[in-house]
Amino acid sequence: MLRLFLAVLAALLLATGGLRAEPVGQILDTNRALIQKSSRLTIGPVIDALATSGDDRAEAVLQAWGDKHLGIRKSDGAFVLITRKGGDYVLTAPDGKAAGTAKRSDIDALRPNAGVRRLIDGALVQFQLNAPKRATRAAALDIIDRHPEAGQLKPLEASIPGEFDPGLRSRKERMLRLLTIRFGDDGAARIKAIESFGADTGLDLRGALNPLLDTKRVVTRAGETPPGNVARQLIPGKGIGDAAAYDLLVKAGDAPARLTPVARKQALEANIEGGKVGGVPVPDLSDPEARDRAYSALEQAGKVPQAATAAEVAAAVAAHAYWDVYAEPSKEVTDAARAALSKIALKVDGMEAFDLLLEALSLASIYFLAAIGLALTFGVMGVINMAHGEFIMMGAYTGYVVQQWIPNYTVSLLVALPLAFAVTFAAGVAMERLVVRHLYKRPLETLLATFGVSIALQQIAKNIFGTQARPLTSPAWLDGAWVLNDVVSISYIRIAIFVLGLVFLLLFLFVMNRTRLGLELRAVTQNPAMAASMGINPDRINMLAFGLGSGIAGIAGIALGLFAKVTSELGQDYIVQSFMTVVVGGVGNIFGTLAGAALIGTLQKGIEWLNPSNTLAAQTYMILFIILFIQVRPRGIIALKGRAAGD
Amino acid sequence: MSSLLEVSGVSVSFDGFRAINNLSFSIGPAELRAVIGPNGAGKTTFMDIVTGKTRPDAGRVLFGEKSISLLKRSEAEIARIGVGRKFQRPTVFEDQSVADNLMMALKSARGPFRVLFWRPGPADHEKVEALAAEVGLADQLARKSGELSHGQKQWLEIGMLLAQEPRLLLVDEPAAGMTLAEREHTTALLVQLAKTRAVVVVEHDMEFVRRLNCKVTVLHEGSVLAEGSLDHVTADPQVIEVYLGR
Amino acid sequence: MSAYLRKNPSVLWFLAILALFVVAVTLMSPGTGSGMISTSFVKTLGKTLCLAMVALAMDLVWGYTGILSLGHMAFFAIGGYMIGMWLMYARTEEIVVKALSQSPIPPTPDEIFHGIGTQIFGVVGSSKMPLIWTFAGSLPAQLALVVIVPAVLAFVFGWLAFRSRVAGVYLSILTQAMTLALSLWLFQNDSGLRGNNGLSGLQNIPGLGGVSQDWLSIWFFWASAAALALAYILLAWVVSGKFGSVIRAIRDDEQRVRFLGYPVEGFKLFVFALTAVICGIAGALYYPQAGIINPAELAPIASIYLAVWVAIGGRGRLYGAVMGAVFVSLLSSWFTGGRAPDVPLGFGTIHWVDWWQVLLGLAFVLVTLFAPQGLGGLVDLVTGLRHPGRHGAPLGPDQGSLQEKEAQE
Repeated sequence: MLRLFLAVLAALLLATGGLRAEPVGQILDTNRALIQKSSRLTIGPVIDALATSGDDRAEAVLQAWGDKHLGIRKSDGAFVLITRKGGDYVLTAPDGKAAGTAKRSDIDALRPNAGVRRLIDGALVQFQLNAPKRATRAAALDIIDRHPEAGQLKPLEASIPGEFDPGLRSRKERMLRLLTIRFGDDGAARIKAIESFGADTGLDLRGALNPLLDTKRVVTRAGETPPGNVARQLIPGKGIGDAAAYDLLVKAGDAPARLTPVARKQALEANIEGGKVGGVPVPDLSDPEARDRAYSALEQAGKVPQAATAAEVAAAVAAHAYWDVYAEPSKEVTDAARAALSKIALKVDGMEAFDLLLEALSLASIYFLAAIGLALTFGVMGVINMAHGEFIMMGAYTGYVVQQWIPNYTVSLLVALPLAFAVTFAAGVAMERLVVRHLYKRPLETLLATFGVSIALQQIAKNIFGTQARPLTSPAWLDGAWVLNDVVSISYIRIAIFVLGLVFLLLFLFVMNRTRLGLELRAVTQNPAMAASMGINPDRINMLAFGLGSGIAGIAGIALGLFAKVTSELGQDYIVQSFMTVVVGGVGNIFGTLAGAALIGTLQKGIEWLNPSNTLAAQTYMILFIILFIQVRPRGIIALKGRAAGD
Repeated sequence: MSSLLEVSGVSVSFDGFRAINNLSFSIGPAELRAVIGPNGAGKTTFMDIVTGKTRPDAGRVLFGEKSISLLKRSEAEIARIGVGRKFQRPTVFEDQSVADNLMMALKSARGPFRVLFWRPGPADHEKVEALAAEVGLADQLARKSGELSHGQKQWLEIGMLLAQEPRLLLVDEPAAGMTLAEREHTTALLVQLAKTRAVVVVEHDMEFVRRLNCKVTVLHEGSVLAEGSLDHVTADPQVIEVYLGR
Repeated sequence: MSAYLRKNPSVLWFLAILALFVVAVTLMSPGTGSGMISTSFVKTLGKTLCLAMVALAMDLVWGYTGILSLGHMAFFAIGGYMIGMWLMYARTEEIVVKALSQSPIPPTPDEIFHGIGTQIFGVVGSSKMPLIWTFAGSLPAQLALVVIVPAVLAFVFGWLAFRSRVAGVYLSILTQAMTLALSLWLFQNDSGLRGNNGLSGLQNIPGLGGVSQDWLSIWFFWASAAALALAYILLAWVVSGKFGSVIRAIRDDEQRVRFLGYPVEGFKLFVFALTAVICGIAGALYYPQAGIINPAELAPIASIYLAVWVAIGGRGRLYGAVMGAVFVSLLSSWFTGGRAPDVPLGFGTIHWVDWWQVLLGLAFVLVTLFAPQGLGGLVDLVTGLRHPGRHGAPLGPDQGSLQEKEAQE
């Protein structure tokens, strides 16, 4: 404790540049008027004077002022620190001596406004940096983080030797370097600080570096160079537009404003005399050249202000040079900052690419989940199920309904998953029995009939649940995101969907390759007649396969519902992409579906990255790409070859 | 004698299975040839390659005096060049009348615009009637071909093939499902046809092949095992081993 | 001529019924007759005729050629957009010129152009005239585009798809993707076609400001009927000759047609592009009657409804397509218009506005399952026409009658 105290003392002495200590009471008295009518705009010097007074009472006084515990005794106008006790105030003089008590009505308590309080907080930071409580010190660092100022540099530096908390110490050291970059007065030290970070990708570093590269646009006569640290010259037509260059001249007061068509029209309208303007008959004024003639005539007559013509504009633009000049005067510092930023940009690009990859992966797993059921029905059985999207929707609504009954989100999710599977499995089996079974040899009609089912199911969902979106809330442990750094992060829900996709892939492979059902399914797919003669009931297998595909759609529905809102159009939004996934991947192979989902997911994210403002266009381009892709590989990425593919 | 069709060194494999392995085959402009071989010998794949349905991995397929390569051409182009194919099972357009089927097969312009403005003239009707008479369907012209019996469909398809006037005819098991009398009629017709064009018959039925009385090519595992007269190949011990003997 | 009619006995019947219908509507319309039916109903009937025309096209491409396109409503909407651009531009031009003529000095062409841009694109926060509106000021140019744009799009798409032998359900999915891509593109604000606002005010015909909607509606009705009649005659001619034979053969067994020497892809492409043009023209007639067009009109679902109409009407016969389109779309507007009486049940009431879609979906499933001939099958019953006895149940045009494919053994 003693060591800490000594360190604080030393720091204070250091911070105030030595010995000159002016009592705070005196400072308060000299600035009485400013303090009584304090305003954010004028109070700065007073606070600074207090903070740098060197008086060890400065912190207490500032703290009291900020907490509205500073007052003026009405009787003698003395500043006092006040503490409430019952109905009265206990008074302390600024120098720390007790000053008795007083009635509340005898004291005029100062009430600094929020702006002033913020300034006081800022000034207090240097004291808090050495506060005995860790939380106070951390809070002080937070304030520096948010509002970095030149004045914080010295106290921060001074507080480091006395900081024994390793976490805070390294934070302080980092902040010191950041503050040095921004406010240091020694160029070499600043450059050293910049270089010490390497390719650190922290937002705080970029926040410190970017202001160094702020530029101002200035104009000089052609051939001249502006004073200061020049960033670059701008050539009109390249780097700066002619119009922008001229606007700069106008702003600098070097040229008259240009005549806009609207101003010209107004000027002409104001000067109609006897059906003529400047000697030009009014009906002729539909021609822009006639308008120019009329305006020139008015100009000569002195009726309208001079305005620059196109030729004058061009000449003026050509006669000047345009520059970007750094606000930071030191060229070495700006160079170092630029180099550091470009290094950081490279690294950030790399991380963004990684982040993009993560997003693509998560989108791919969504498509995979949506498509895996289709891969079974369309890919393996050759049956196209347009109602697949509605099965997804059904699963999502099942999840929603379960949540209405079971308020615990984790439990409801655990109940909803098997229930959604059961519901859509039943729906799938019913549809297979009632509709699809009769159409196995007629794929196009299956498409239409299942589409009829899809229309009906969608409308029924609308009738039951309404058209507004229903929430399917994820449990708390799925909220939030896994944050790697400022650039790379991925929400837990996306990870969960990815894991779910993986689980289904393994499950699918297991069922197809390791179970009796899978064996029979493959047999029926390849040769139904032969399979039937081996004692396999193709009807039963088809029914089960269809149910399985639909059941998976139901579970995918829950996943998608957690991710997006549940509406009756949920499935429809994914159906085309799902089919694309299956078709692009190659029919009849689960790895094809996986490849298709990966391709489509990556592609869509990639296009969105190239054109982030427009996700609709991204989808358009993606579909166009797929249409072209089918040209190159009509049977998909992973294609069956030869006679087995069937013509 | 120059050959009409020359297949040399053709190989094709499906997923690693070599269906055709370095197959060479040639036939003259007016020759009848029977191709025999056990199941899976590559007979159908061979025909697929010649007609453009399957693209071989290696080899050449040349046709006609100008030695046009058939490899890069579509099925339709190959058909227009003069290769006709009769399928094992009769494939006629059952929803359309016998006359329509024959009219469609009749040699004439094949492009969409030409077809759109094409209207049959009296000569075309005569040709169709003549063809129908040749295959014994003269009184069935107005019927939908779906109503015909299996044998009649075979004949209709042969009629359509004749209407195409091909220079090379590939015939896949023509005698299947025919009565004895019809077989004789078919044999006579094929022999007759081979006088003016090349005819390749793929057949299982040895009796039928014997009746054709022509050179025989035996396929086995995608390549030619033996070639010569029927008596010659049936005497070949290898042929006996893989095909006839067991 | 006589051969044509012999092959297509339905043409005379169809023209006669259409003529009767036109006369009846003309006599009852508010513009030309007693006013027994409202202007909006005349418009509904006119629109229905346009839809029948699209259904005819769909029948050619699906019922006859066996290509289940889920993209033909996109061509229909493109036709609408093309004519809509002119309607909107010319109409806005009239308004802008009139507004600017109030000012003391006459406007420059630039001011008018800019004014039109602001009027049309203000809703999407722009005043620039996009490049695709270059010809919007010219009626002949836009009329040409009504034909050219769908034809080119269909040609390019069809060429890509057919060339790589994409067929069957794959093609259906691909056409659906094309439609989706197009509609998503149109939904953007910077597509140059006003995003999801679409084009509106199309019922006001520029230069005909003095003509009442009563008259305009009956004019468009006549035009739609004439277009439908022409389309019917044209398509009946197309399907009657050898071309019809070939495309039906393609539907039933395209591989066999190839071995006959016909370039199957060329035929498909021709049919696809021709029907796209018919759809474009139908759209150009439809949307001035509808008054507004937006990207939702070409959502993939619209094209599937088109397939529904044709399936319910009966594929492979032209009058079936017309019957299906007229029957289903009129019934649909009757149900969704709230005119159908609600059905009170013990536990609730069936509001047809809500349940019509369900009914339609289920009806569609039933028709596909049990009545592949659709409404057209009724005509067979009446005329006693018999189809050839086939092996087993009729398989419909997809697989054709041919189950015995030699290639599959």
